[in-house]
Amino acid sequence: MLNPVDLAAVWLTLKLAGTATAVLLLLGTPLAWWLARTRHWAKGVIGALVTLPLVLPPTVLGFYLLVLMGPDGIFGRLLAAGGLQPLPFTFAGLVVASVIYSMPFVVQPLQQAFEAIGEQPLEAAATLRANPWDTFFAVVLPLARPGFMTAGILGFAHTVGEFGVVLMIGGNIPDKTQVLSMAIYNHVEALEYEAAHRLAAGMLAFSFTVLLLLNALKPERLR
Amino acid sequence: MLRQLSLAVVLLTAASVHSDEINIAVAANFAAPMRKIAAEFEKDSGHTIVASFGSTGKFYAQIRAGAPFEVLLAADEETPVRLEKEGDGVAGSRFTYAVGRLVLWSRKEGFVDAKGAVLGRNDFQHLALPNPRLAPYGAAGIQTLQALGLLDRLRSKFVTAENINQTYQFVASGNAELGFVALSQVYREGRIAEGSGWIVPPKLHEPIRQDALLLTRGKSSSGSAALLNYLRGDKARSIIKSYGYEL
Repeated sequence: MLNPVDLAAVWLTLKLAGTATAVLLLLGTPLAWWLARTRHWAKGVIGALVTLPLVLPPTVLGFYLLVLMGPDGIFGRLLAAGGLQPLPFTFAGLVVASVIYSMPFVVQPLQQAFEAIGEQPLEAAATLRANPWDTFFAVVLPLARPGFMTAGILGFAHTVGEFGVVLMIGGNIPDKTQVLSMAIYNHVEALEYEAAHRLAAGMLAFSFTVLLLLNALKPERLR
Repeated sequence: MLRQLSLAVVLLTAASVHSDEINIAVAANFAAPMRKIAAEFEKDSGHTIVASFGSTGKFYAQIRAGAPFEVLLAADEETPVRLEKEGDGVAGSRFTYAVGRLVLWSRKEGFVDAKGAVLGRNDFQHLALPNPRLAPYGAAGIQTLQALGLLDRLRSKFVTAENINQTYQFVASGNAELGFVALSQVYREGRIAEGSGWIVPPKLHEPIRQDALLLTRGKSSSGSAALLNYLRGDKARSIIKSYGYEL
């Protein structure tokens, strides 16, 4: 039903979203924990920075990434100094962009989940001489599970739906940066509406299923 | 006296009635010359131009969906032909307003030589071009590589952009070392203004004929007709040529 190029785009999108979600959960968990527990003055600043991609047009982010990660940009030069390739037009570049872009969708549900736990369970764990790691894995993780589920699903879905940033820094290379949203866009632009429909309808069904799943995960249903 | 006065009144009302606002859709590669032509045209005619710049494929879809454009300056000739056939353009209004020239361009001085031999050397990572499925300049780039026998070797270095302006952005930001762009984007006052480039000989690709079309929505607007006439006039033609287009 799908041609090989479209199929490759679907596969690449899943790979990108999977990788980005894994990185997001790894980075987002300590960040959300810190934001949930700290009284540090920088909390507001860091919180605002994390939330920024929520309100910025993706093209702004994509444009700055293209400039900053390019050969003249600060990050481009740092990478070059470390003997690495510039990030635009690479899969790694898309992962970096996706992690920045989807960060608020992972950090916010985690932060809320951590805040909802409150002090009591942690104090109880401490009186039982649990060290912080034990506490985290035995108390926090199970209590915050719905938060992790929501964060993971939202991060994954948001990366699948990403378009503006990829358009700016992707370069539309099959198997490397040509993700699903780009493939749909190309079909529409080339007036291949039928092929566009096939992918777009799949995307619609996917998004709807994700939201349905999220509703099913709401805490009141768990009880 | 009375006669002169009434003539003046007639002329004045005529002028105010005919001061139209013209919505036009313009191919991205023609943005720079169009801004200049629009300024001249507004001065000479009293009409106002509201121009949208973008890819011709997107304009096609928008015009089919009823977008309020009165004139289309396309990047190709197929799209205007198609719109005319499908009833969204005024039959017989189509003409070629410019023939585009392709250039292989790098922002680095001396990187692209005058014969394009750089394509045969292997010292670049990325070759940017507009998506050949969407943009005539991209298709011309592919034809050029094919004519040079380099297409298969270079395909893995392609980064394709959504339109010609994004291609320019990829190369101008240095993320791609070189790329196929429209000569109009880098050509000022008879030469390539910055970096280095090889103006691709026209025999290496099909001519990039860019056609203008009066759209059905602009049928009754005198401003649209005036603009299309103006585009064929000497003033506009010399501006168009100064950006490296042929006519």
